Amino acid sequence: MRPGRIVADLKVVTRSYLRNPVALFFSLLFPIILIALFGLIFSGVGNSPVTVQVLNLDDNSHVSQEFLSALNNTSAVKVVVVSTNASDFASWLGQNDDPVGLVVPDGFAANYSARETTVVTVYTDPEDAQDSGVVLGAVQGVANAFNLRAANGTEIVGLDEKNVGSQVFSYIDYLIPGLIGFSILTSPMFSMVDVAASYRKDGIFRQLSLTPLTRAEWLTSHFLWYMGLTFVTAGIMIGAGVVLFGAHVNVTVGLIPFLIVGPLFFVSLGMLAGSVAKTPESAALIGNIITFPMMFLSGTFFQVSAFPAALQSFAHILPLYYVIDGMNQVMLFSNTSRAFYDVLIVLVGAIVIFLLAIRFFTWRDE
Amino acid sequence: MADAIVVDHLVKRYGPLAAVAGVSFHVPAGSVFSFLGPNGAGKTTTTEILEGLRRATDGHVSVLGLDPWTEAAELHRRIGVIPQDFRFFEKITPREAVEYYGSLFGTQPRPDELLERVQLADKAASRFDTLSGGQKQKLGLALALTNRPEICFLDEPTTGLDPTARRAIWDVIRSLKSDGVTVFLTTHYLEEAELLADQVAIIHHGRIIASGTPSEIISAHGRPERLRFQAPPALADYLRPRLGLPVTVADGRVEVELSQKSDALRVLSAVEASGLPWQTFSTVQDTLEDVFVRLVGQMDDGTLKSEEAAA
Repeated sequence: MRPGRIVADLKVVTRSYLRNPVALFFSLLFPIILIALFGLIFSGVGNSPVTVQVLNLDDNSHVSQEFLSALNNTSAVKVVVVSTNASDFASWLGQNDDPVGLVVPDGFAANYSARETTVVTVYTDPEDAQDSGVVLGAVQGVANAFNLRAANGTEIVGLDEKNVGSQVFSYIDYLIPGLIGFSILTSPMFSMVDVAASYRKDGIFRQLSLTPLTRAEWLTSHFLWYMGLTFVTAGIMIGAGVVLFGAHVNVTVGLIPFLIVGPLFFVSLGMLAGSVAKTPESAALIGNIITFPMMFLSGTFFQVSAFPAALQSFAHILPLYYVIDGMNQVMLFSNTSRAFYDVLIVLVGAIVIFLLAIRFFTWRDE
Repeated sequence: MADAIVVDHLVKRYGPLAAVAGVSFHVPAGSVFSFLGPNGAGKTTTTEILEGLRRATDGHVSVLGLDPWTEAAELHRRIGVIPQDFRFFEKITPREAVEYYGSLFGTQPRPDELLERVQLADKAASRFDTLSGGQKQKLGLALALTNRPEICFLDEPTTGLDPTARRAIWDVIRSLKSDGVTVFLTTHYLEEAELLADQVAIIHHGRIIASGTPSEIISAHGRPERLRFQAPPALADYLRPRLGLPVTVADGRVEVELSQKSDALRVLSAVEASGLPWQTFSTVQDTLEDVFVRLVGQMDDGTLKSEEAAA
């Protein structure tokens, strides 16, 4: 591969793109519109503690009061103690605006003091997996602390309580990595599928085949363009999320590998899809079949953990899932080992797809 | 003069269909060779095999001493190609396109000079999607010249162009020839081939049906020279029994085929002796187009064999 030819082709790609108002709109303004739209729709989610209705059947005990107080202090949930019939609690919750509930059983304190098992019940809302998950996590955390104290155990893994509040992520925090993933998928996929089919139909590949430019050089220049575009788009999305909605995301060098291997994967996949298609129409169809499931099932708009088990399993075979999950690990959880695992999967896939794209993408009659 | 292109019993099959069925010809270096034929005759397939874009099924092909398929990369550095209906990146200007090709070939073309040569300098900064059909073809020609090729393949370069644009491209073809570049010209315009080509080959149903210089083809396959009169049909009836030469009537004109030059005086004397009115007379010769139409028609009705079959 000759860098000079790649640079020459990259110049043409860049000029073509920058002179196309529709492409510019979808690259630079559309991300802001997406962030603004979804941010406004879901702006309330996750910003304030989740209200949990508590039926304390052991309400006179000091231990149960202490348990609920600890729960309230997590900042993740807001405890509201209610008085209602225990047998009707589930249906009562179903009619409530805040349908997540907790039942502290009678004898909670006595059993705790006697070191005997006592079970608190969390009522979750299947239509609001996110709030339910927050409550479950908070109750589990407080229960663990109580178990540890009761067993006189030594705390091995500590928790920096100063940052407890920031661990409650808002929807916008999850949305930013998801939408960057959306952009990594859609921009190169739709464009490359179209380019592959239309350039073949218009004879432009035939024309290029008569020059020293190789297929690998051509594909590399397009990858470089979409990589650059991804960096710009990601910057716009992060900026818009922070400025418009006060998003809390970590922007570190750990994000860079995803902004490189993601476009490499989807530029190659788009080219491969466009190459195997016989006509521009069938190319568009193949592109849509590949793109749409990934667009919605990879954690772009909603967390995969909120999906039914079967869909979660399906999501795990989608390459975009690993791109978005990896960016979540970097931008939200600072979990570099998991991010490394994700980027490795995408990188291996990208190399395989790149080689396949070059193999199947021909520009003369074999 | 060495041959720039040698084609020997070239065959290209698509399943049971032979698009090219044993074609042979050669093109001397520095000449203009015109490859003619009706649609679907095998012109484009043959041309694309020579350009290294398609693989031959059988036969031997050599372009600049190279095998176009296996040595395509080397060949493409030494040839220029303008395809039918040239298309390019829509938002790129001709100047940028020439610079781009220069970078790909590693040459340093002067874009303005090259665009001036194809009479496109005034559109150097206009985007491709704003150019007319003729201007796009001119850009295709400019790009084909970016690497200073030894052979230029021009596939119907003037189709759909206005007379001015067509003449501009003819000028470039002439200048290429004077620079020693071999030109392989495919065209539907027979007068273009007759005007520009040193050698012509006519292909039909995948076979060569005539080849040579335009005048050789016309004298070998054309009808004899004729005297044409603007006169009533009665003149034909008068001349037939008296001259013993073929006399035809078409579109209010009477034509007499001459078997030798001296027949002309005999015909004129007979016409004068008839006493019938006539306005004008002229001598008529077949053009390459007349020959082309006749040969293609004869092959379609089975009265003509290809050159290979005849040999």
